[in-house]
Amino acid sequence: MTATATIGAATRAGRIGRFLWAGWAGVAALSLFAALWSAGHRAYGAFILPDPVATLVAVGRLVADDGARAIALTTALRAIEGFVLAATLGTTLGLVAGYSAASLRLARPFVTLLLGVPPIAWIVLAMIWYGSTDATIVVTVVVAGLPLAFVGAAEGVATRDRGLDDMARAYGASDLQRFLTLGLRHVAAHVFPALTVTLGSSVKVAIMAELLANTGGIGGALARARADLDVETATAWVLLAVAGLIAAEYGLLHPIRAELERWREAARPWGVKR
Amino acid sequence: MTAACPLGREPPAVVLCLARIGHSYLGRTVVDGIDLAIGASEVVALVGPSGCGKSTLVHIAADVVAPTRGRVERAFARQGMVFQDPRLMPWASALDNIAYPLALAGVGRTARREKARAAAARVDLAAEDLDKFPVELSGGMRQRAAIARALVVAPDFVFFDEPFTALDVALKRRMQDLVIAAAAEARFSALFVTHDLAEAARIADRIVVMDTNGRGLVGERRLPGAPGSRDDAEVFRLVSGFLADDPLFRHVHDIDERRRA
Repeated sequence: MTATATIGAATRAGRIGRFLWAGWAGVAALSLFAALWSAGHRAYGAFILPDPVATLVAVGRLVADDGARAIALTTALRAIEGFVLAATLGTTLGLVAGYSAASLRLARPFVTLLLGVPPIAWIVLAMIWYGSTDATIVVTVVVAGLPLAFVGAAEGVATRDRGLDDMARAYGASDLQRFLTLGLRHVAAHVFPALTVTLGSSVKVAIMAELLANTGGIGGALARARADLDVETATAWVLLAVAGLIAAEYGLLHPIRAELERWREAARPWGVKR
Repeated sequence: MTAACPLGREPPAVVLCLARIGHSYLGRTVVDGIDLAIGASEVVALVGPSGCGKSTLVHIAADVVAPTRGRVERAFARQGMVFQDPRLMPWASALDNIAYPLALAGVGRTARREKARAAAARVDLAAEDLDKFPVELSGGMRQRAAIARALVVAPDFVFFDEPFTALDVALKRRMQDLVIAAAAEARFSALFVTHDLAEAARIADRIVVMDTNGRGLVGERRLPGAPGSRDDAEVFRLVSGFLADDPLFRHVHDIDERRRA
């Protein structure tokens, strides 16, 4: 048993090592991006595209500033609140719809409708309903993210392996046991990619809604930077938002998914890991 | 046969009894009027042409599907089941797959892993393969894991639904030997669905033949001697005898499944 545990720990360490090593590719891509940015700055001047180094200095200034940190925190909290609500509601409803074919048929047009309405329309409606408050932002984020989580969960349930369900039934599994040991595990593989997209759209929609509804946060700061024609600060805010998103995705979502999808990794031929 | 189930009344005691079983999918009757009783430690092979409803019947017998008509009575405590495809959970290691029925029964993690290891040893699964995922195992190993999963609960009854159809000849033979040995050792009863008469003649005490259209069982033949005692020559003699002279088996092989509605 200890031998098994050791092997398990070793493969996990190997996986984490590979994950970190793959970071070099990310660094290379970022460097290339910075080079293109710098070239653009030289070609068009600082007013159109600020110097990358100057922007990084501006980012440093924002990070050091208590007020700016509070602004970022406001947006982060709104985005996370919206994301958690959208993920919980969407996944739960998707599970229910997936297991009941009739409600899925009823829900499909709703999803098409929700996905068809542009987020900007929701912002206008939410502003009318809630005014310039947190609720406007959160509601917009939820409405934008919910259909994705819903579809992910419903698709997951619909594509589950019924053969495994029969197997579990033959061994006396109750409906709840089958759901907990087989259904959820399969659905997770479908919901995770959907949640990654939802998380990204949460932050983006939150910032957009803040800008339009004039409710502070990073969106508000961007609106002020635009009014002041302060391109450097505007770019610095964008950079900060993107950095936060990348940190959340690679620091949280990817490791969880890697843990869930170990068997897919094992299915790849030797030497083609990543 | 009568519709009444003589559960546990006469020796050898009947442990599974199907009475007037019928089943329909969306109004189309797949099987109907099936009566079958299986005794303790008896291995019964159910043969019939492709698409006659054998699989449906074994699913009903194993309580995976509820029959539309008729009654199933069971006088055993624990059952196992082996399907045509291994049906292993792709995200779990071979060991956790084998231990799955124990997890459902609420057995603690350490205890169930211990039992799963023992079951794996009985089907000759190497210890170093137990930590692999099903995708890393060969077809034969996966089916071994599926058999180990059936044996891990120490079953009184095992259902086999054409378990070795997809395997090559040599592997099939080894798997049959494995089942024969396990049945002899653990004394479980079994209902073994197959369309291969030679397989039936090797592993069973009794062969029952299903009607081409699933309308009842058309007859049965008790095989001489214990399942493990028949050598290849005897199996061959039995099967050629069945096919040449026995009207019961005439329809088993000559069916074109494309003509079936």
